[in-house]
Amino acid sequence: MTRAALLLLADGRFPAGGHAHSGGAEAAVRAGLITDAASLEEFCRGRLHTSGLVAASLAAAAALGVDPGDLDAAADARTPSPALRAAARRLGRQLLRAARATWPCAGLDLLARRFPKGAHQPVVLGAVAQAAGLEPLDAAYCAAYESVGGPATATVRLLGLDPFDATGVLARLAPATDRVADRAVRAAREALDTGVDALPAASAPLLEISAEVHAARTGRLFAT
Amino acid sequence: MHLHHPHDGHGHGAPAPSGAAARRPDGTRRALRLGLGGPVGSGKTATVAALCRELRSELSLAVVTNDIYTREDAEFLLREAVLPPERITAVETGACPHTAIRDDISANLEAVEDLEDAVGPLDLVLLESGGDNLTATFSRGLVDAQIFVIDVAGGDDIPRKGGPGVTTADLLVVNKTDLAPYVGSDLDRMAADAKAQRGHLPVVFQSLREEAGVDRVAAWVRERLAAWRA
Repeated sequence: MTRAALLLLADGRFPAGGHAHSGGAEAAVRAGLITDAASLEEFCRGRLHTSGLVAASLAAAAALGVDPGDLDAAADARTPSPALRAAARRLGRQLLRAARATWPCAGLDLLARRFPKGAHQPVVLGAVAQAAGLEPLDAAYCAAYESVGGPATATVRLLGLDPFDATGVLARLAPATDRVADRAVRAAREALDTGVDALPAASAPLLEISAEVHAARTGRLFAT
Repeated sequence: MHLHHPHDGHGHGAPAPSGAAARRPDGTRRALRLGLGGPVGSGKTATVAALCRELRSELSLAVVTNDIYTREDAEFLLREAVLPPERITAVETGACPHTAIRDDISANLEAVEDLEDAVGPLDLVLLESGGDNLTATFSRGLVDAQIFVIDVAGGDDIPRKGGPGVTTADLLVVNKTDLAPYVGSDLDRMAADAKAQRGHLPVVFQSLREEAGVDRVAAWVRERLAAWRA
């Protein structure tokens, strides 16, 4: 394996469709919940410990070899918003396309055949990490970091937030990101032994509700 | 410049990993993909609409729009009824239209493939970029050829300024020539500047308000399609 593959996979420029999504930040900005760096940090911290933790656990479990069909169903059960479920599958499909061209292998071809319309993005992310020779912890880091990196980048565009303030937010969240990734891997190992019910189901109701409001809104900049 | 890759399709029966393969998973030849880019308000959507009206009786067509923050362009095409609604798809671009057509083309590739699955087989897919700046060009992984649309009212110095769109697009369209006298644009100068920037690459001056309308652009599209099928 090469750890450098993690840099490629976690890079926001990896061409897998993430740039069109704000991770709920646009809806939060519109609702007046994110107005500056401090409120962005609170938003990201909440997201990291809820949907970020769930995504990291799914990714780690997929990288460990837990059945992707079981994981995709587990992701559905943990994503009440139909708009977010649809977006997660679209992003999963886009990631799989990019990854199959980047790290061609039979395992990813099989996944594409099994989920022609896409599996939840974190599930695909775990499988891709495995195909790239990475560890479950790497997959968990990738998912956890994405859960806050996306909203931070989007907020720079939405609010004209100072980009240095946004990177400062992400740096301050690094210790929490470490803990989330560790916890995700522990849960994934348990899921390997006892089934996907062992995975965290931390929910952020406001993210789910505002995603539905956002999906119905015209004049939005980001898809989610 | 066509993307004839040696690996037509792929061997696993799953969707193709990139947009470059000339054949679809079922072995059929995919549609020719043409991109239309250019600054805001230059007439990209109007050109797409005119092309659809001109070509829809002879070709199986679909359109992908890349709106910046609305579905305006897709809705304009729907309202004008240039194609049935199932043949028009809007891609969301997250405040970055050039990213969606150049740096991360995944959403556009999905949109094209979904259209081919839903209403195919298709002869031609037109991909319209959101209005952008003079550096916005399409990835060759997404389109087979691209048209850059500028207009005379946007300033007759645009061809002289160049930039990747003006310089490298397979076809440069200078739109709204009927406005030239009113905005003081010098068409001869624009043509000379375009020639200097583009060498042998073609340039079409058009006004969609005149009788010839989109005819020359449509003729160029037919040539492209004939080359793609050859």
